[in-house]
Amino acid sequence: MEGRLTLAGEGLKKVFNRRTVFDNVSFSVATGSVLLITGRNGSGKSTLVRIISRVLSPSAGSVRLEADGMTGADPWQTRIGLVSPYLQMFEEFTATENLSIAMGVRGLPFDSARADSLLERVALYPRRNDPVRTYSSGMKQRMKYAFALLHEPPLLILDEPTSNLDEEGVGIVRAIMEEQRAKGILVVATNDLADVGRFDAQVDLNERR
Amino acid sequence: MAVKILLGVLLTGVVVLGFGLPMSPAPQSWYELPVIPGLEEKARIIFFHVPTAWLSVVAFLTSMLFAIQYLRKREPIDDIRSSAAAGLGFMFCILATLTGAVWAKFNWGSYWNWDPRETSIFVLLLIYGAYFSLRSAVEVEEKRATLASVYSIIAAVTVPFFIFIMPRIMTGLHPGARGDPEGAGPVIEFKMSPNMRVIFFSSLIAFTLLFYWMFTLRVRAARLEAHHQSGD
Amino acid sequence: MSGAEMTPGRFLRSVLAIFLKDWRSELRTRYAISALLMFVITTIAIILFSLGSEGAPADALSGMLWVVIFFGAMSGLSRTFVMEEERGTTLTLQLLAPASAVYFGKLLFNLVLVLGLNAVTVLLYAGFIAGFVIRNVPVFLITVLLGSLGFAAAATVIAAIIARANTRGTLYPVLSFPIMLPLLLTVINATRLASEGAFFQEAAGEFQILVSYIVVVVAISYMLFEYIWKD
Repeated sequence: MEGRLTLAGEGLKKVFNRRTVFDNVSFSVATGSVLLITGRNGSGKSTLVRIISRVLSPSAGSVRLEADGMTGADPWQTRIGLVSPYLQMFEEFTATENLSIAMGVRGLPFDSARADSLLERVALYPRRNDPVRTYSSGMKQRMKYAFALLHEPPLLILDEPTSNLDEEGVGIVRAIMEEQRAKGILVVATNDLADVGRFDAQVDLNERR
Repeated sequence: MAVKILLGVLLTGVVVLGFGLPMSPAPQSWYELPVIPGLEEKARIIFFHVPTAWLSVVAFLTSMLFAIQYLRKREPIDDIRSSAAAGLGFMFCILATLTGAVWAKFNWGSYWNWDPRETSIFVLLLIYGAYFSLRSAVEVEEKRATLASVYSIIAAVTVPFFIFIMPRIMTGLHPGARGDPEGAGPVIEFKMSPNMRVIFFSSLIAFTLLFYWMFTLRVRAARLEAHHQSGD
Repeated sequence: MSGAEMTPGRFLRSVLAIFLKDWRSELRTRYAISALLMFVITTIAIILFSLGSEGAPADALSGMLWVVIFFGAMSGLSRTFVMEEERGTTLTLQLLAPASAVYFGKLLFNLVLVLGLNAVTVLLYAGFIAGFVIRNVPVFLITVLLGSLGFAAAATVIAAIIARANTRGTLYPVLSFPIMLPLLLTVINATRLASEGAFFQEAAGEFQILVSYIVVVVAISYMLFEYIWKD
């Protein structure tokens, strides 16, 4: 992992069909911190998450992910992990295959031993050879965590982190969040503050219209 | 204002002279148009058919240029311009196809023959049709503008291929095409007499001005509508 | 996470992974392959019945082959993008891979699909349609190969456009036809030449056009793909 990582957003604005979803959103967090994004349903939390994940371009403003010693064009794909209700797995494939696909498409080598231990951690190991479409919604949510973590991203973005999860699942997620906070940057978008615990910076989209 | 008046005068002049001036085999005076063997009275169509065909191509190129501009700068006004130009181009393309078909009926006996130029204008018509079908299928404005721009660029890139392909595939019926029996190519070979040329080029200029005028009107109208909708 | 830049080796791995994902998914469900085979068989059967005992002139038969291929392409080549939209995995791919890797991976998939489909089509067509005779087989084979590449190139980029436009079915042929027309005219002409037994040199002009078409379409698609793919 590189040295200190910084995630910074400046003057972010998004307009859909001439309707402004949010405007003038700025933030800056570094390794070891948590950015919390809050807002009513429809206030644009998921939209902002998409912009930070670099799958959506802002109408104005910019997002930067910088690290000491980071070089090369568009390194974002391998530095981000995303868990979101909008992110689907490749459901015709098994859990192990999904992880293999994820690494392959990211251009990274697949370490099946590490994949197995990660699946173990999210309590999916016994079902690892079943197609994801046979999973319950809680299992799918946990699968998304495995999907997001196998490549050890310095930036982890969680949109509604505990949706569909039972108590055991929530516990797993809390542990993951603690770990991520320690070694990288954690971004959490949620309205349930119990999800996140301590945080270092906040963007509240309720005020931004 | 002055442009409008000039345009009105030019167009009226062209229409009157184009249809009104008599044709005779050996023109005596300035107001007599020569008879082109093989075309005779039907030659009058030159004043209208060729400019509309010309404009449908110009409009397409204009639309494509604004499409490139939109992709680079993402300013909605560029998409408005691109779409306005394409709309006009579509209209002129339909006119060109219809005037061409009418003339074909009189000259060759049937409305459509798949000669290279006819095929080309037909392809242009298809491209315009496809372009507007695509636009009407996308609801989100930014996506609509982006996809339409991309499509018009792709279409524009494949059009030059026709220039190389057509001559290989068929000989043409159009005056001036390869295989034209009497070499009656009034435009390419400039068999037009000076007075015909005056009317022809005036028509070309008049139609181009018409295009430019309609284009600015459409863009202005679209901008007004956009402002009105967003409640400015 | 060190060395996370997208090197050429990584890029290639990404392209292959995307191709293999689509390929394996297809093998698993066999949805598209069986539908396409049925399409080709049905279409050729219909042609056989309509021709009856009279047959048709050789030129028409050359053209008709490519009509079947065109509609086969329209039936099958949009699936690779439309499927991602339907399953909601477009976002997943946008997250995992650079846009151009997605383009090349899916282009590769469509290439393999159309080559297989056209091989079957040509075999069935040449086998069952009596009037269709090829006197210069190498010219014909090269035509089918280059034509397939051309179809894959054009069909892939248009498929990406209609998938992102969230439209179904009917818009795909409408958008594809004007783009593919230069390709169609050239391959039909080349097939006619092969059917008449023309020498390679005579068809060389058509091959040149085909190769330039492929290069131009792939190049422009590569340059524009990011605009289509990303929001």
